[in-house]
Amino acid sequence: MIRHSWWKILAFILLMYTCTMGFLVEIPKLDGRLQETIRNLFFHVPMWFGMMTLFIVSVVYAVIYLNKPGSKADIYSVEYARTGTIFGSLGLITGAIWANYQWGAFWSSDPKQNGALIAVLIYFAYFVLRGSMNDDEKKARIGAVYNIFAFFMLFPTIWILPRLAESLHPGGQGSEGNPGLNGGDLAPSMRLVFWPSVIGWTLLGVWITTLRIRFRTLQNKLMHG
Amino acid sequence: MDSVKKIAAMLAMCFVTVAASAQENSDVMRSNGKIYVVVAVVVTIVIGLFLYLMNLDRKISKIERNQK
Repeated sequence: MIRHSWWKILAFILLMYTCTMGFLVEIPKLDGRLQETIRNLFFHVPMWFGMMTLFIVSVVYAVIYLNKPGSKADIYSVEYARTGTIFGSLGLITGAIWANYQWGAFWSSDPKQNGALIAVLIYFAYFVLRGSMNDDEKKARIGAVYNIFAFFMLFPTIWILPRLAESLHPGGQGSEGNPGLNGGDLAPSMRLVFWPSVIGWTLLGVWITTLRIRFRTLQNKLMHG
Repeated sequence: MDSVKKIAAMLAMCFVTVAASAQENSDVMRSNGKIYVVVAVVVTIVIGLFLYLMNLDRKISKIERNQK
């Protein structure tokens, strides 16, 4: 599966579509606050969708590792978490850029910003923790347990707490629906670009991850015979 | 390796054609507040990144074949 090329071509087509239609699609002109910046929806939001997907795959492999220890599950789990962390960091940075022009500052200590930062930092700690151990088996086992903890910390930090406080970000206290956006609020023309962009960016993340997995597997073979 | 050269040549041809036609009716690239210029830049970057990933994928596949 990871060597098949059809989904890599699909990722390319979807991102070509995103990077052209993302700029050209008709957007609703509402009250002049968001203006053209709403096009960030096709670039900033998919980072978080991609991160979430990659972290889900990572935690699944962490559980698989704990059930049946083996280097394959460990490599998959680490590499999916790595790309997920990169996507999350890009989401934070792009969010800050957008916030600077929308909320008046790169960082307003908004509950959504703080929560997302904590969630990503918890994943950074995962790599620090792994790096602090020399024994491969110990590293993999403790890493897998911590991975499960980090994954479940995503729920309060990203999904629950930002909803309970007033937030500049969509989905705070008082507004209904999903913290990211309310599916029904999206103009139909934008929905046709948004979902392909989510799939395209996520597949790109998966591709990068599989390359690292294959590299690490080869490295493993060379080092252990 | 031949197919890579073919694809590269094809892409170059496409690029030249597009560039030439863009010069002929210069108002296409300059319409809509020149947004198409941004599209061209972003598309070029993404194509570049994909070519780079494709290249990496190939290199890793080659080593994998040698390992077996």
